[in-house]
Amino acid sequence: MKVESKEPLFRISKRGAMARGKAWGIRLIAVALSLVVCAFIIFAIVKMNPLKVYGAMFEGAFSTSKRTWVTIRDTMMLLCIAVGLAPAFKMKFWNIGAEGQILMGGIAAAACMIYIGNKLPLVPMLLVMAICSLIAGGIWGLIPGLFKAKWNTNETLFTLMMNYIAIQITSFFVAKWENPFGSNTVGIINARNQAGWFPSLFGQAYALNVIIVMLLAVGMYLYLNYSKQGYEIAVVGESENTARYAAIDVKKVIVRTMGISGALCGIAGFIAVAGASHTISTSTAGGRGFTAIIVCWLAKFNSFVMVLIAALLVFFEKGAIEIASRYNLNDYVSNMITGIILFFILGSEFFINYKVKIRGSKEETK
Amino acid sequence: MSQLETNKAVQMVNITKTFGSLVANDKVCLDIHKGEILSLLGENGSGKTTLMNMLSGIYLPDSGQIFVDGKEVSIASPRDAFNLRIGMIHQHFKLVPVLTAAENIILGLNENRLVDLKTVAARVKEICDRYGFVVEPYKKVYDMSVSEKQTLEIVKVLYRGADILILDEPTAVLTPQETNMLFDVMRNMKADGKSIVIITHKLHEVMEISDRVAVLRKGHYIGDIATCDTNPQQLTDMMVGRAVSLNIDRPEPENIRECLVVKDLTVLDVDGVKKLDKVSFTAYGGEILGIAGISGSGQKELLEAIAGLQIVEPGSSMMYTAKESDKAVELAGCNSMDIKKMGVRSAFVPEDRLGMGLVGSMSIPDNMMLRTYGNGRSIFTDRKAPKGMAEKVVEELQVMTPGLSAPVRRMSGGNIQKVLVGREIAANPSLLMTAYAVRGLDINTSYTIYHLLNEQKKQGVAVMYVGEDLDVLLELCDRILVLCAGKVSGIVDGRTAKKEEVGLLMTHLGQEAEA
Repeated sequence: MKVESKEPLFRISKRGAMARGKAWGIRLIAVALSLVVCAFIIFAIVKMNPLKVYGAMFEGAFSTSKRTWVTIRDTMMLLCIAVGLAPAFKMKFWNIGAEGQILMGGIAAAACMIYIGNKLPLVPMLLVMAICSLIAGGIWGLIPGLFKAKWNTNETLFTLMMNYIAIQITSFFVAKWENPFGSNTVGIINARNQAGWFPSLFGQAYALNVIIVMLLAVGMYLYLNYSKQGYEIAVVGESENTARYAAIDVKKVIVRTMGISGALCGIAGFIAVAGASHTISTSTAGGRGFTAIIVCWLAKFNSFVMVLIAALLVFFEKGAIEIASRYNLNDYVSNMITGIILFFILGSEFFINYKVKIRGSKEETK
Repeated sequence: MSQLETNKAVQMVNITKTFGSLVANDKVCLDIHKGEILSLLGENGSGKTTLMNMLSGIYLPDSGQIFVDGKEVSIASPRDAFNLRIGMIHQHFKLVPVLTAAENIILGLNENRLVDLKTVAARVKEICDRYGFVVEPYKKVYDMSVSEKQTLEIVKVLYRGADILILDEPTAVLTPQETNMLFDVMRNMKADGKSIVIITHKLHEVMEISDRVAVLRKGHYIGDIATCDTNPQQLTDMMVGRAVSLNIDRPEPENIRECLVVKDLTVLDVDGVKKLDKVSFTAYGGEILGIAGISGSGQKELLEAIAGLQIVEPGSSMMYTAKESDKAVELAGCNSMDIKKMGVRSAFVPEDRLGMGLVGSMSIPDNMMLRTYGNGRSIFTDRKAPKGMAEKVVEELQVMTPGLSAPVRRMSGGNIQKVLVGREIAANPSLLMTAYAVRGLDINTSYTIYHLLNEQKKQGVAVMYVGEDLDVLLELCDRILVLCAGKVSGIVDGRTAKKEEVGLLMTHLGQEAEA
């Protein structure tokens, strides 16, 4: 009797839990495969040796000590924002307002540098700046948190709109602090006496950035995984009903967590101004408040995985700029490469969670 | 082809289906005869629904063959199943609430011509008349009761010309009267030559309605037996794999004391509709108070109000007295945080286990500390005590788990429930509230839960048991409070009340005087 076969070509079924080592193996294979695919695309479109392009990207990020440190600095910046976003996103509070929180923190730091730059010794000066940035960013996070808790407003729209307000406020201060007059920029603040700049530690200009951000990252890891407040965040993020059942004050947790999230993004603004650019402009955040969301989610809020992902993204960015300038390519090429690699990494999660069986294969693997 | 084989509507041969490492069906062979009612029996996770889903085109078997009317077939989608005249009525209805009955029936039929709802209605009426259904073709689904929706699902399947009907736990949501009506219809369909498979946990229903019983255990086919040749005890033994006592203990209440005195409790929902209307009763320590009612009669609101999760209207009063004290405290107007602060030890096993009682993505130890994580001064959570408690619960209640650190979501419903009940009992409560504590659980686990509740009762705890199975309520509870549309329609003695009496109270109001 002829069987009317209608079995589909692919069959997808869920896997049980996969060993951690194997999962990371699959992710590495995904990255390797993505590089192969990129190689073909590079060759097909720009007719260049893909290995040379990869080499150039690597050199863009790491060829000199200065470049390496810039890569590290930018990684730390991205990581700092991601660490700040982690508690909010773990609570399933869609804080897409990091841009605004960074800018507010940056303005607070810049204001300190301009108005009290010469009046305090370096260490108290930095402390005052950090606290001001923390408060400024914290307020910018608290506002949507309060509205969410009180009136259940939509945090996605709210935080997004707060970004535009922050950009306008920044424009106002840029105009106010304009230097030199007519340039429409603030210029390097305290260029002569470097008041309020991060000092060099161990001979490295950006060592302090690394120390602060790594401390925050470790602190956030402990906070989210071991503290009572971290536990509350996890429960609220999973289900508000469960949280109320467990007698958790949901409103308080939302407000507090958004305050913390905003404050840490404010610290990122402080680092961007005092530890990197020494100026403030509407592009101080530069879209990193959004990129950090990817870092945060890909790492599933684990600080240590965030370091890796932030480094990867910054590496691609630096590489992109390098190949764009060296080969006179449009930097869309490197955006394509970044896109393809991210696609593969995200796609690998599918293969980690599901298995695919092709029609006709009679395997019985366990 | 022999006469015997043509008598078989469906043959499933060596069907295997795995999900990840879980083998849901292992080389299962099942025959469905023409014109019979077959009960498919098995504990939770024994693979009943999975097996039937493969017949109705939801899943594809990993291996094995399916024959319909003697021809080998491959059923890759519900449409294939319908073409083979197989229809399944799922446990969770698949209806569009804003459409009418007739519209739901023709939905998805993909007819190539204009649909005339009048002819549809006429055909629906014809089907109804033939089998004794009542369906109003132009009634919107959101206006329908659970029983009406279920009838509609059956008519929908018949409209598509199904000869083989699969009903997945159809009686779970019905009152005894509605169940009887359903059984009458099933008998009519059988008389018309249809084959019916009914999945159920309730043994007395199996005995009443089916011609033959097939039993699955842990994905294996155990065997089949003609219903007239068997009894509930034998079926249970086949299902569980060993002898199980089917009697529920009911120790006499001792040292009764008032634990919770509820007076005029009124709760409105977000639309201002009364979900509870002046409910008054007393729960005593040392007894089990059953709460019966059609689903949605206010059971959920009642328990949540006592747990501080519902806003109660002014005038409501809930006086709680702890086990060792005689000081009563007022719970009305307090939220869950206030109640916790007052030191009220009320344990609550909510209906929505993963959406309220537990955090699905967390491990067992992390779930153990859900109610107690805040104890102590440290800003960090105590990890040791919950871990010890988790180990204890897993051992004492025989929780099957892939490991303590696995998220509870990965476990089966029965094991999830054991973790939840285990945690609530470990808190040494004075008042224990359970909502549908055994819903979806197999016999074995259900009896474990009954036993635990009885243990609590003996220790002087006031147990409130919201249930849907009247037989269990009547065997387990000392008193049964019946809710109907948010009002108390009666409080009866569990030892003397009749099932029909409770069933009537569930559907009719205004009989308080008799109770």
